[in-house]
Amino acid sequence: MSKEKSLAEKMKLPWKKMPIAGIMFEPGSTVEYRTGEWRIEKKPAINQDKCIRCFICWIVCPDVSITRQPKPYKNYTESVEVDYYHCKGCGICAAECPVDAIEMVEESKVVP
Amino acid sequence: MVVLKDLTKEELYAPGHRLCAGCGPSISIRMALKAARGPIAAVNATGCVEVSTTIFPYTAWRIPWIHALFENTAAVASGLEYAYDALEKRGARKGKVDIIAIGGDGGTFDIGIQALSGMLERGHDIVYLCYDNEAYMNTGIQRSGATPRGAATTTTPAGRVIPGKREWKKDFAGICAAHGISYVATASIGFFSDYMDKMKKAIEVDGPAVIHVLTPCPLGWRSNPADTIKLAKVAVQTGLFPIYEVINGKYKMSMKPGTLLPIEEYFKLQGRFSHLLKPELKDELEAIKKGAEANYKRILGLAGEPVTTQ
Amino acid sequence: MYRKKGKFTGEGVIPYSGEGSTVTIEGAAVCTQTGCAYTGNEAVAYAAKQCNVDVVSAYPITPQTIIVERFSEYVANGEVDTKFLAVESEHSAMSACVGASLGGARVFTSTASQGLALMHEVLYLASGLRCPIVMAVVNRALSAPINIHGDQSDMMGSRDCGWIQLFAENAQESYDLTIQAFKIAEDKGVHLPVSVNLDGFTVSHATESMKACADEDVHNFLPPRESLFKVDPTTPISVGGMALPEYYYEFKRQQEEALQLSKLFVNRVGKEYGKMTGRRYGYLRTYGLEDADAAVISLGSTCGNVRSVARTLRAKGKKVGAIKLWMYRPFPREELFSAIKDLKALAVMDRAISFGAPQGALCSDIAATLLNTGSDIKILNMIYGLGGRDIPPSTINTVFTDTLRAAKTGKVKERINYLDVRE
Repeated sequence: MSKEKSLAEKMKLPWKKMPIAGIMFEPGSTVEYRTGEWRIEKKPAINQDKCIRCFICWIVCPDVSITRQPKPYKNYTESVEVDYYHCKGCGICAAECPVDAIEMVEESKVVP
Repeated sequence: MVVLKDLTKEELYAPGHRLCAGCGPSISIRMALKAARGPIAAVNATGCVEVSTTIFPYTAWRIPWIHALFENTAAVASGLEYAYDALEKRGARKGKVDIIAIGGDGGTFDIGIQALSGMLERGHDIVYLCYDNEAYMNTGIQRSGATPRGAATTTTPAGRVIPGKREWKKDFAGICAAHGISYVATASIGFFSDYMDKMKKAIEVDGPAVIHVLTPCPLGWRSNPADTIKLAKVAVQTGLFPIYEVINGKYKMSMKPGTLLPIEEYFKLQGRFSHLLKPELKDELEAIKKGAEANYKRILGLAGEPVTTQ
Repeated sequence: MYRKKGKFTGEGVIPYSGEGSTVTIEGAAVCTQTGCAYTGNEAVAYAAKQCNVDVVSAYPITPQTIIVERFSEYVANGEVDTKFLAVESEHSAMSACVGASLGGARVFTSTASQGLALMHEVLYLASGLRCPIVMAVVNRALSAPINIHGDQSDMMGSRDCGWIQLFAENAQESYDLTIQAFKIAEDKGVHLPVSVNLDGFTVSHATESMKACADEDVHNFLPPRESLFKVDPTTPISVGGMALPEYYYEFKRQQEEALQLSKLFVNRVGKEYGKMTGRRYGYLRTYGLEDADAAVISLGSTCGNVRSVARTLRAKGKKVGAIKLWMYRPFPREELFSAIKDLKALAVMDRAISFGAPQGALCSDIAATLLNTGSDIKILNMIYGLGGRDIPPSTINTVFTDTLRAAKTGKVKERINYLDVRE
């Protein structure tokens, strides 16, 4: 549990202090919202050895939750990682991976 | 041709939005923004994408973005385009802004078609992106002009007397092409390189361009969230959703499936069509197959391709 | 009872003095003014031209069409730099205005009757998103049955939309108020849309002599628009998101406060305009209220006839007065109260029926103003002029007679009087 107030709580301001016209001045503020809590059963786990860095999982994720990291591995300059804070566990990445490098594992399983 | 690893890593669309797990429209928006070539502004119709990405105080957009009402997206975008032009003329701003008007099938095919028609007729330099999940999904899966024949929705349930929607899907690309604009394309998130290519082309066109992209909705289609991309592929491969471009009035197929997959392959993955696989509705299924084939052949004919489904 | 607040009482309440309808000379006019003959529509189009509007997005409808046509001529002749959007409906016209306004442009449009009704939802959008759009509404009756002539049912049907609403009596006022409207709307302390209302045909199509300012003076009066916020790649904001029950009410409360406070700017701009042209504007104009027992209040062109009849009656020694309301929304409660509090009877002329309501729109607002003040002014409600039905001085004479009788006897016979309808 975070002690810091969420943006939603912080914005419960008196009417004089609310932003004009309901405008949201901070771009991309949804990053604070933890949609990872939506996962109930399964989460994706990427096998870095099998992964060929085709980036299909990266582009098809509806939640921008597969990220490209500048982490070299073998002769690859990048790696892909799951953003578990946001991943909703839909399983598209696992379904679309052409080399079956992604497996939907139990939520409780610890992944590196 | 779009190469995935060369796409920009900049994310103009942030995670943490509240669209469903496996949401097709969400994928289409992200891919569309990857095709941006410079500063971009979006106008968005009321619908799933709009409401779930901007629940005050959270916004998933890292670009300037307006939501006005349901049916006026094209009109608001038209005004915005003229404002940028006018301000540039009097030196109050500089630089080109690509404007994308985003609407779902409901807000585009039906209630929004007037504003879209006006925008196309006036020739604004705007890309209209219609993400098609084939019903009014945001309000709970009601049928729209884009709902395919036979689909079960809450306003066309698969009942004992009437087995799903009776009417055929509107030929939206044809309607847009009839306005004489230089670029209209249908696309599918299942063939994402093709889709992003088309998005790039649409942005580069100097004048109006329309992209109609098929975006499966696991909730509304009653499908497995993990199947979203697969469904978007199979829809094209069965000939139910042909993907093509209309460039200056000339049709051009984007791909021709070698042999069309049987429609059952597509229907069996979705709950909204499951009633059609029952033996008592086999006539209805036949009618749909015939209709789909006729439409596919019509598009092939317009594209000057040999009319065959083999 | 309204306390006398130094800030409000008397402010914006401008007593009529002199001949003609709007002349209140406060020192000589500072700017050069040329005499010209324009109809109300032409005057509005000319004012919009001088105001260097960035984007005009409009759709034709009688009796506003001339404004759009005249403006199109300016555009076609290169007399303005405005980008003109010929949209495919009024709903799209206002939508395009919202889009353009959010982009930072100065925006103008115009409509009437059915068009205003069609864009009804977009009016709320414009005020909710704080877009300083200026719209000329040429008041015309609402269908059904279809009627193209003047009455105020269109604006009255949309009076709750959150716009500042000003009413012009004639071509001169249409011109003056349009120019002021941009300055009021775009002020960073207001940032709300403004509608300038003029009666269909009576004002819109009647040629009158008036004075127009020089282009330069209007440019100096009205600097280019600077917005509080802009939808632009340099400021990637999200406008129009969803406010759940935890937030919506606060936004609306804030918007209402903005509308209420905007009246200070309406008066301030009216004062500045007065310094420039010699024609001072404010919330309302009073005539003969120094000693009147009975008065008649109205909106728009009828005010001229009312004042004329009042003058004749006063010459005969009757203690009558007339009030013209320029600013209908936000409703100038305190100022109006201070102007009418010593009257014995007041006739309120409504040029629209508020169906099923106890009284007409303007009358209801005035009754609400007097509520809980302990005032015992007798209020008479007159519904008149629907669908362009003429309101001759003889009828207005009868109104004054009835009002004087109410002032004397302390009794009001009818809840509503429908003037000049065949019974």
